[in-house]
Amino acid sequence: MIRGTIVVANEICKGCELCITSCPQESLGLSDRINSIGYRYIVLVKDNCTGCVNCALVCPEAAITVYREKKSALKARESAFVASGGLSV
Amino acid sequence: MIEHDQGATLMKGNEALAEAAIRAGLQGYFGYPITPQSEILEYLTAQPKGRAGVVLQAESELAAINMVFGASGAGARVMTSSSSPGISLMQEGLSYMASAQLPCLVVNVNRGGPGLGTIQPSQGDYFQATKGGGHGDYRLIVLAPSSVQEMADFVFEAFRLAEEYRNPAMILADGALGQMMEKVILPREGSLPYPPKPWATTGKPASRERNIITSLFIQPEKMEQVNLELQEKYRRLQKEVRFEAFQVEDAEILLVAFGLAARIAQKALELAREQGIRAGLLRPITLYPFPTAAIANLVPNVESLLVVEMNAGQMVEDVRLAVNGQRPVSFKGRMGGMIPTPEEVLESIVQIAERTHTEQVERS
Amino acid sequence: MQTTTIPPEMDLVYRRPDTLTQTPMHYCPGCGHGVTHKILMEVVDELGIQEQTVGVAPVGCSVFAYNYMNVDMQEAAHGRASAVATGIKRILPDRFVFSYQGDGDLAAIGTGETIHTVNRGENILVVFINNAIYGMTGGQMAPTTLLGMVTSTTPFGRESQVMGFPLKITDLVAQLPGAYYVTRQAVHSPTAVRKAKKAFRHALEYQKLNKGTCFIEIVSNCPAGWKMTPVEANEWMEKNMFPAYPLGDLKVPK
Ligand SMILES: Cc1ncc(C[n+]2csc(CCOP(=O)(O)OP(=O)(O)O)c2C)c(N)n1
Ligand code: SF4
Ligand code: SF4
Ligand code: SF4
Repeated sequence: MIRGTIVVANEICKGCELCITSCPQESLGLSDRINSIGYRYIVLVKDNCTGCVNCALVCPEAAITVYREKKSALKARESAFVASGGLSV
Repeated sequence: MIEHDQGATLMKGNEALAEAAIRAGLQGYFGYPITPQSEILEYLTAQPKGRAGVVLQAESELAAINMVFGASGAGARVMTSSSSPGISLMQEGLSYMASAQLPCLVVNVNRGGPGLGTIQPSQGDYFQATKGGGHGDYRLIVLAPSSVQEMADFVFEAFRLAEEYRNPAMILADGALGQMMEKVILPREGSLPYPPKPWATTGKPASRERNIITSLFIQPEKMEQVNLELQEKYRRLQKEVRFEAFQVEDAEILLVAFGLAARIAQKALELAREQGIRAGLLRPITLYPFPTAAIANLVPNVESLLVVEMNAGQMVEDVRLAVNGQRPVSFKGRMGGMIPTPEEVLESIVQIAERTHTEQVERS
Repeated sequence: MQTTTIPPEMDLVYRRPDTLTQTPMHYCPGCGHGVTHKILMEVVDELGIQEQTVGVAPVGCSVFAYNYMNVDMQEAAHGRASAVATGIKRILPDRFVFSYQGDGDLAAIGTGETIHTVNRGENILVVFINNAIYGMTGGQMAPTTLLGMVTSTTPFGRESQVMGFPLKITDLVAQLPGAYYVTRQAVHSPTAVRKAKKAFRHALEYQKLNKGTCFIEIVSNCPAGWKMTPVEANEWMEKNMFPAYPLGDLKVPK
C-alpha cells in the first residue's frame, strides 16, 4: 500500500476531531498535550497513513499538510518486497 | 475652480443636477424612484449607453446605498439621490460609508414630513443631514443649493469634497429647487480630475497587501482610534466652510436662511430695506461644516437675528450656538410643504424691528 | 509553523493555499465556515485569479472572512452583501466577485437584495451558508431553522403556526431566469468537500462567461449554536438537515 504522512499545524488545530472520523486508516488521534489556544491537537497515532488527503479536506482550519511517497519510491519498495519473497515491507 | 459652458440653458433643477453629474465624470448611479427627484434617475437612464457610467434602478433605497458602497469601494465616482423617506432608509449605509471612509454623493430633494410626508418642498431633514442622521459619531459634508445653477455647480463641489476627505457628501435641496426651471450655465465636462484611490478593492496584485473596506473594528481601542481620526477629519473640514452674505455691513437685523428659504429671506430683506429697516442676510452654503464663526463675527454689529426655515426650527439651534446668548434669535418657519412668503417674513422682521426699537428707547 | 522534516521520497500532495492568510480563524471548532473559506480560496488559487477577485463579507459569524481570505474584500451591512457585490461588479465587470453570506444575512434581513440580485442575473457568485441558526448573535432562530428545532428564540421548538416554515430560498432563486447555476452542497465529508469544491470551480468559470448569477448553498453546521460536538453536529446535519435541504444541483447550464 502507498505510504503517506501528514503534518499538523499544532498551534491552529482546534481538536474538532472531524479529521479523525474521516480518516479511513484510523491513523489519527488527539494528543495528550494542549496547544496555546487551549485545544488537544491532532497527532498520527498509527504508522499507516496513505496520504489520501481526506483529513485535510475536512479540516476547517486548513491545519493539515499531506505528503505521499513518490511513485519511484513506491516502485522501489514494491520490487524490494517481491525480491525478498514477500518477507519485508 | 470648475469651468463652465459659454451659454445658458433653461433646465429643471433635478435635470441640471443630473447633467452636471455626468459632466463631473459620474461612473455609477444607483437609485430608487421617489418624487420629487425621479427626474434624476430618468435623465440618467435616458443617456446614450455609457455616457452616465453605470446607471441602475435598485429594488430599494437600502439596496441603492449598498450598491453605492460597493461601487465606491471599487474606486468609482458614484452617487445616489432620493427624497426624505428614502434618505432615512439609507442612513445605516451612510453611517458605514462614513466609517469606512468611502466617498459618494447623496442628493436629498427634501419633502415635507414627518411620516410618509407630502411631496412639497421642505427643509425638515436639516437635523438628519447635518447631525449624522444614522448611528454612531459621524458627519456628512452638506451643501445647500438655492438655485438651479447651484444644483449643477454643487455636484462638482460635493464630489471634490467627498473624494478629498473620503466622506459621503450630501446636496440638501428641496422639492421646489428640484422642480423649478431656471437658466443655468452648465459646468464643463472633464474639469474634475479623478484622484488616485490606492485603497480601492480592485483586485490585489502581488505587489501590495489586500485592500479591505470595512467599518468594523472589534477592539474598542481600535474603534476609538478610528473615531478620533474621523473627528480629526471633521476638524480639517472646517476650512471648507462656505456662506454668502448680503448687505450685512450695516445690518441691524441679521437674517439667516439656507436653500430656498434664503431666496425668500432675500426678498423679505429688500422689502424691509424699502421700509427703512436695515436687514442683512447670511446664507450658509455648507450646512456642515456650519459657518459658526461667520455668524459669531457679525453678532456684535447687529441688534437681533431672525432665522427663516421651512421646518419647525432646526438650523436655528446652530445659529443660537453661534450667537451664544449675546443677541435675541427669533425664528420664522412654515412646515409640511408650505413655503413662507416674503410678506410673512417681512412681518416678522417688522415685529423684531419694533421690539428692538422699544427696548432701545427703554434702555436710553 | 511546521518544523517536521519530510522524507525526500515524499511528494507534497496537499497544503494550505496561499490565498488563505496566515491568520488563524476565529470560528468554533468544527465549524463549516472554515472548510468553506478554505475550498473557495483553493479554487481562487487553482484558477490563478487571486489578483482579479473581490469578495464581500457579511454580518454574521463570517464577518471577518476578510481576515482569512487573501483577496481584496469589502465588509457589507447585515443582509446587503449582494447589493455591495452588485456595486463592485457593475464597476469592475472583468473581476471575479463573490458574496459570502449566512442564512440570517441572505434569507431574512437580506431577502430582497438576494432575490433581486439573482433576478438581475448579476454576474457574481453568491455563497450561502445555511446552518439553520444565527450563530453570531448566540443561536437564535433563522429563516432556515427546521420545524421543531430548538433555538434560543424557539425554546420549545420552531412551530410553523407561529414562525412559519423553513425558507428554501435556494429553491426560490433557482426559479429566477437570472440564475445560471444553482446548487446545494455540503462540506462535512471528504466526498462532500470534493463536490463542493467542484461547484465553486464551475461557478467561477461560469462567471467569466457572463452568464448570470451562480448561487451555491452550503448546508453547514453550527456546533456551538446547536450545542453539540462537531462530530455530533455533522451527524445531526446528515440526519435532519439533508432531508429538508437535499444536496444536489437545482439548476445547471443547459
Ligand atoms: C441591522 C442589523 N441587525 C441585526 C444585527 C445583529 N446580527 C448580527 S449577525 C446576525 C445574524 C447572523 O446570522 P447568519 O446570517 O445566519 O450567520 P451565522 O452567524 O449563523 O454565520 C444578526 C441578527 C446587525 N449586526 N445588524
Ligand atoms: S480537522 Fe483540523 S482542526 Fe479539527 S482536529 Fe483535525 S486537524 Fe485539528
Ligand atoms: S491522509 Fe488519509 S490516511 Fe493519512 S491521516 Fe489523513 S485521512 Fe488518514
Ligand atoms: S457560532 Fe456556529 S456558525 Fe458561528 S463560528 Fe461558532 S459554530 Fe460556526
